[in-house]
Amino acid sequence: MGVRNACALGTSKFLGYNHGRLPSPVIRVGGEARPVSLEEAIERAAEILSKANYPAVYGFGSTSVEAITAALELAEGIGALADNVSTICHGPSLEAVQDIGEVTCTLGVVRHRADLIVYWGSNPVYSHPRHMIRYGPMAEGRFRKGRADRKLVVVDVRKTPTARLADFFLQIKPGTDYEVLSALRAYIKEIDLEVEEVGGIRIERIEELGELMMGCQFGVLFFGLGLTMSPGRHRNVEAALALVRDLNAWTKFAIVPMRGHFNVEGANAAFTWETGYPFGVDFSHGYPRYNPGETTFVDALNRGECDAALIVASDPISHLPKDSADKLMEIPTVVLDPHITPTTLVAHVAIPTAHVGIEAQGTAYRMDGVPLELKKLVDPPPGILTDEEVLRRIGRVVLGVSP
Amino acid sequence: MEGKAVLIKNGYVYDPLNNIHGDRMDIAIKDGMIVEDVRESEALIIDARDMLVVPGGVDIHSHIAGSKVNLGRLMRPEDHRRDYEPRAPGKRSGVGHTVPSTFATGYRYARMGYTTVFEPASPPLKQRHTHHELNEIPILDKACFPLVGDNWFVLDYLSRGDVEGCAAYIAWLLEATKGYALKIVNPGGIEAWGWGRNVASLDDQVPYFRITPREILRGLCRVNRLLRLPHTIHVHANGIGMPGNYRLVIETMEAVRDLEGCHGKPIIHITHCQFNSYGGESWLTLTSEAETVAKYVNRNSYVTIDLGQPIFADATTMTADGPFQYSLHLLTGAKWANADVEAETSAGIVPIRFRKRNRTNAIQWAIGLELALLIKDPWRVYLTTDHPNAGPFTAYPRVIAWLMSRRAREATMKGLHPMAMKRCILPSLDREYDFSEMVIITRAGTAKALGLKEKGHLGIGAHGDVAIYPLNPKSLDPSKDYKALRKGLRRTAYTIKGGIIVARDGTITAQPIGRTYWVKAPVRKELSQTVLKDVRARFRDYYTIQFENYALDDRHLALSAPIIVNPEV
Repeated sequence: MGVRNACALGTSKFLGYNHGRLPSPVIRVGGEARPVSLEEAIERAAEILSKANYPAVYGFGSTSVEAITAALELAEGIGALADNVSTICHGPSLEAVQDIGEVTCTLGVVRHRADLIVYWGSNPVYSHPRHMIRYGPMAEGRFRKGRADRKLVVVDVRKTPTARLADFFLQIKPGTDYEVLSALRAYIKEIDLEVEEVGGIRIERIEELGELMMGCQFGVLFFGLGLTMSPGRHRNVEAALALVRDLNAWTKFAIVPMRGHFNVEGANAAFTWETGYPFGVDFSHGYPRYNPGETTFVDALNRGECDAALIVASDPISHLPKDSADKLMEIPTVVLDPHITPTTLVAHVAIPTAHVGIEAQGTAYRMDGVPLELKKLVDPPPGILTDEEVLRRIGRVVLGVSP
Repeated sequence: MEGKAVLIKNGYVYDPLNNIHGDRMDIAIKDGMIVEDVRESEALIIDARDMLVVPGGVDIHSHIAGSKVNLGRLMRPEDHRRDYEPRAPGKRSGVGHTVPSTFATGYRYARMGYTTVFEPASPPLKQRHTHHELNEIPILDKACFPLVGDNWFVLDYLSRGDVEGCAAYIAWLLEATKGYALKIVNPGGIEAWGWGRNVASLDDQVPYFRITPREILRGLCRVNRLLRLPHTIHVHANGIGMPGNYRLVIETMEAVRDLEGCHGKPIIHITHCQFNSYGGESWLTLTSEAETVAKYVNRNSYVTIDLGQPIFADATTMTADGPFQYSLHLLTGAKWANADVEAETSAGIVPIRFRKRNRTNAIQWAIGLELALLIKDPWRVYLTTDHPNAGPFTAYPRVIAWLMSRRAREATMKGLHPMAMKRCILPSLDREYDFSEMVIITRAGTAKALGLKEKGHLGIGAHGDVAIYPLNPKSLDPSKDYKALRKGLRRTAYTIKGGIIVARDGTITAQPIGRTYWVKAPVRKELSQTVLKDVRARFRDYYTIQFENYALDDRHLALSAPIIVNPEV
């Protein structure tokens, strides 16, 4: 068996989908786990969520939009806090968009038009292995035939494998993204900075990059977690968004965040169309409220507000800050996941579900917002339902109606 | 409740399509359709005595769903905080003032007596997203218009002069994206925006494509005729929002005049025409040219328009017209989003607030109303605020009050920038719409323009979509008591959708799933095969997704309602 047309990460996901599966629903009482029927697991899950004063519903990086909307309906019904994994990855990017706006484009636009490609705090050689060939410097498009027609710029705190391929590389001091972006912005706004260096880079080099950016025909800035999760967070992204916005006075320039989990973009999209907000939504007042820092999963956990959690298609015990993960282990959790993960291992109820895109259909949104239908290739193991179906069944028990 | 017959008794019925103008009569609904009569014993009786009974509203142009709308939602949390819909039994929650979330959109339209709303700008590549949202808008029947004016396949076919090939491609595209009508936005200008540029006239060359805006317009107008689509081409003209652009909009209409043929039916719809009726050379010298545009529309029955009426309040401008949105950002300094879509289109979003004491805004307000008052045939001018561009759709009752009451206009004029009305003729216009005309510009005319035979009227066989307003058209003088009119139009006593009471005195009582209309245009088999082969061959060159992943199946629609047409090709 083999996988074609996928990158190394995709290939391993497809070929490894059946490793480490959660074999059956599990209920854990006092550290003792026992396999149970799906009905019993759903009953117990519903009980946990119904009894909670302020449950959290969290996850959604790796499931379908259809499952996400089912979860939102449940979350609204029980007055929960609903959050998705962007709270710990590109949440700051979204907050920055709310302040500045965003000049962006689909990946095909980059492929056809871009003659200058900047990766900032992003190492696609590892994180998005096919990105550079399909949409980046090596891509072949209508107006650009390949690497020779494009310039590649990398800005990072270390010489990454991506940086080794760059025509122009700025190795900045860690934590100085905001300063370097602002210096660039000052340059393109024709403001002289009377300093020798910014972020450990001589000002002449920054000006050189400014010239490259202003002089291209179509530029794009891809940014990764190097920008969102280093000191400054959404302010860093704001500086990048503002720089790209202002570059449009000189040429055409766009910015695209390099997203991680395959449908975190879909989670943001569905959260936004149903609740108005992309993540961190509190339903406890009967309508959506959003105030990052207050209505976000990590913060609510840290303050000890959540007294139960429903986790879907995510592994927060591995990914959350340690303090929050510790708090999560103190409250009853219901976890839906195809695999055994650190989170399912501590769950009070763990329910195995089908792999979206391998064992179940559904829609995912690509990182540039292009929706794609995921196909079902093989049947899930007997008795295993999709996230969407399990959520609807829990919803029916909890809310007493068919959601 | 479904299936139960409904009898609406003793209301004052306005159904201009069937020549009923305020007659006291009963309306019967059975199985979701208007019928001759139903047995009272089997029907739910609604006492509509002293109330206004009209067909459910039909909005021809309102941005309610899709990637651009959602980006507008995402970037405006400040818009949502002060306007929310709480959850209630059988009702979902939501937020949003100018860009409401999906559920809130459905409820607010239903409360206002609207039952059909068309989303007018959807990038085909992201049409799946648009349908996700449309599926989650409760109650309303809806449809969306794919953006085709700068689509590379369209440009390729038309620049080769292959109109039939283009028609076959469009037929495939409508079915693949479950779209309804052809939306053309700033033709040629959007492709130029791919390079940060724009076009300035109908005869500018589109960069790297051997075609001009005029050729795109004419080509797609021909395609529309060849396919016999239910609606005309739906055009957001070049030069929108620029002083002096009225010449360009007249030129745009004029560009297709000879394609009218012998039908005598409209062949072009100019949308949110207010934004295209500006005189003067700059913002400083801006004047209203609504009269010139209205005169042209009056003389030429092949044209229909909608208003894009500004409201003095917050708005969120969002169009596929990337270069215009950028210029608006430069003008206002407000936050700006732009989203280009490969091989197809772009989108831009800028929040704005229309202010009474801003001269430009005051003139824009007057232009919209002048168009409505100067165009004589109400069947060819429709009420829109180009939601949420010139204001949210929830402001329709205010616009209707301005149209039905000179006093209402005068009351608003009092607070305007002192110079503004000197550049407009609005203060001199006496015309006041009557109830029939109001019904035409909000439902009967729009349904006709969209080719929806079962909408916009209450004749036998029409859909059982009825709005009952707590207004007595016999005793209320809208000219004098415009405030009561406004209040009455804001909340129906009953909104009935397909025979189901969906709203009662502002409370949502049911949320049936609405239809999604789309057009199936079966063209000649050989033609469609040749064109599809060609499209398939070039698809990988143009897109970053596979041909097989582009089309969406009608099982993705909550309630699929195809309209099958009979193309000439």
